[in-house]
Amino acid sequence: MMQRSKLAFVALAFAALALWPLAAGNYGIDLVTKIMVYAIFALSLELLVGATGLVCFGQAAFFGIGAYATVLLSPADAAASLLWLLPACVLLAALYALAVGALSLRTKGVYFIMVTLAFAQMAYYVVHDTPLGGGTDGIYLNVKPTLGSLIALDKPLVLYAFTLACLALVFGGLALLLRSRFGHALAGIRVNEQRMRATGFSTYPYKLAAFTVSGAIAGLAGFLFAVKDGAVNPELMSWHLSGAVLIMIILGGLGHLRGALIGAFAFTLLQELFKSEAIFGTFSKHWLLGLGLTIIASVALLPRGLVGVPGQLRERLLGKPAALRGTTEVRDEAR
Amino acid sequence: MTLATFLIQCLNALQYGLLLFLVASGLTLIFGIMGVINLAHGSFYMIGAYMAYALAPFVAGTFGGGFFATLAVGLVLAVLLGYLLEWAFFSFLYEREHLQQVLMTYGLILVFEELRSMIVGDDVHGVAVPDILAGSLPLGELMTYPVYRLFISGVCLALALGMYLVFTRTRLGMMIRAGSTNREMVQSLGVDIKFLYRVVFAAGVAIAVLAGMVAAPVSSVYPGMGSTVLIICFVVVVIGGIGSIRGALLASLLIGIVDTFGKVLLPQAAGVLVYVLMALILLWKPDGLFKAG
Repeated sequence: MMQRSKLAFVALAFAALALWPLAAGNYGIDLVTKIMVYAIFALSLELLVGATGLVCFGQAAFFGIGAYATVLLSPADAAASLLWLLPACVLLAALYALAVGALSLRTKGVYFIMVTLAFAQMAYYVVHDTPLGGGTDGIYLNVKPTLGSLIALDKPLVLYAFTLACLALVFGGLALLLRSRFGHALAGIRVNEQRMRATGFSTYPYKLAAFTVSGAIAGLAGFLFAVKDGAVNPELMSWHLSGAVLIMIILGGLGHLRGALIGAFAFTLLQELFKSEAIFGTFSKHWLLGLGLTIIASVALLPRGLVGVPGQLRERLLGKPAALRGTTEVRDEAR
Repeated sequence: MTLATFLIQCLNALQYGLLLFLVASGLTLIFGIMGVINLAHGSFYMIGAYMAYALAPFVAGTFGGGFFATLAVGLVLAVLLGYLLEWAFFSFLYEREHLQQVLMTYGLILVFEELRSMIVGDDVHGVAVPDILAGSLPLGELMTYPVYRLFISGVCLALALGMYLVFTRTRLGMMIRAGSTNREMVQSLGVDIKFLYRVVFAAGVAIAVLAGMVAAPVSSVYPGMGSTVLIICFVVVVIGGIGSIRGALLASLLIGIVDTFGKVLLPQAAGVLVYVLMALILLWKPDGLFKAG
């Protein structure tokens, strides 16, 4: 039953996204395009954090490399073909991820978090301090890439559809990946890497593969972001963005692909809500306060993230079957 | 580089490193002993700096003023703040996953930044150096070195020594060290571990606030100063080895040297040097320089 309700949720979500342009104006389309790009980005990190148990704090580097590659590889006065530009951007991000992963996977836990941050900061300073990346102002993408006359990404509606298709592909691809032998190995590494090794798995190549795939997906998100905004700046690689995307997946609920989706929507919409002058008046200037308090409340009240809300409600209303009582949850309730 | 400039840069490196150590030592304590990843630690540094700016007129009105009176009032407030925060936000986080703590403390950063913006505003402020420490010492024939920077280094060194003594020579330090190794065991021996944690947290906050207040006259006071310090301090904690005070001291001095001389010798690459250093050290020693025992 649980499986079916999950599937129904995902199907409904994608149907709603597909129908959204019929109801929304320009602002709505632009906003949801942005959210979908973040959702792809969040999915890339979910593969590492939620599925493999590797907390990467430098995900923005891969996102930024995808975005910068889009702008730097595009010719100045003509539209680049999607056919080679997109794979090139994804490949560059994946290559950097491969290099970073190969080195940083030697460390564990908090040390891993910090090494990935270090490599992201190095990429940040390369675009921030060298002429290559245009400094703090960033660079503009003069002509957006196309593929024939059908997929012209300078039209917002076409970009929306293209982003939605990418999101669906990434979501479906990751869902399949996690159900494969490879995905089960990743889950094993998350739960107990020692035991995986004892059963004869060499865990390093699995982790490195996951890291590289994750970097590639983040690169895809970066590509879409650069095309949407038509400009890039070093903030795309800053640790603030790495942090924000981590917050998205924790808020949504770790260990579920749809958690990344929900988290990206919730985080961005909360930002827009608290920034809205129509609702909060002059207080909207201090939108970060509202966002911060909401995040704190969500940690206190939703230990399993937004994904866990239906389960929590069911337990509250119907009582919890004794078999499902995990020790940590019992402790949470006692407090 | 002449000998005099070299000496001055050495003193600058020492002062910057020691200041980093003050903030990082609280972070590594809370991290190593309580197992909490506290992203909001940089905010305490920011709060300290703003206290030095905003409290001064108030203290001048009530107690007759003076930099040191402001320091004292700020410290009292900081201990209260730390104690309350631990009680309200952190006490239920210990059994949760690390990432839940990251989320919670991220929320706290946003709240602190906005409260700061609502109460004090978003302008950059300077804080005056106290008169007694305003002079400069001659160094060589042409160079001078401000006394206040020496004062910062002195305060940091005294605190570092104090922390070392508390940890190794007192009953409290013994309980803290024991609590970091095995929480349940210490609890069953009759130590009030909750109170102990609250004390450690309050002390960590107070030290970070003190660092911010002492640094304010040199660094000036500006929005976002907390997050810059936070990331560098995490670098320090990780290079030194999580939970190791000794490691934090060595790592912060190392970073002080690399950052200061990097800015002089290789200005284009100064920002990245610290991270290159961290990556190299962690690839060489994946658990930091001193693994906490």
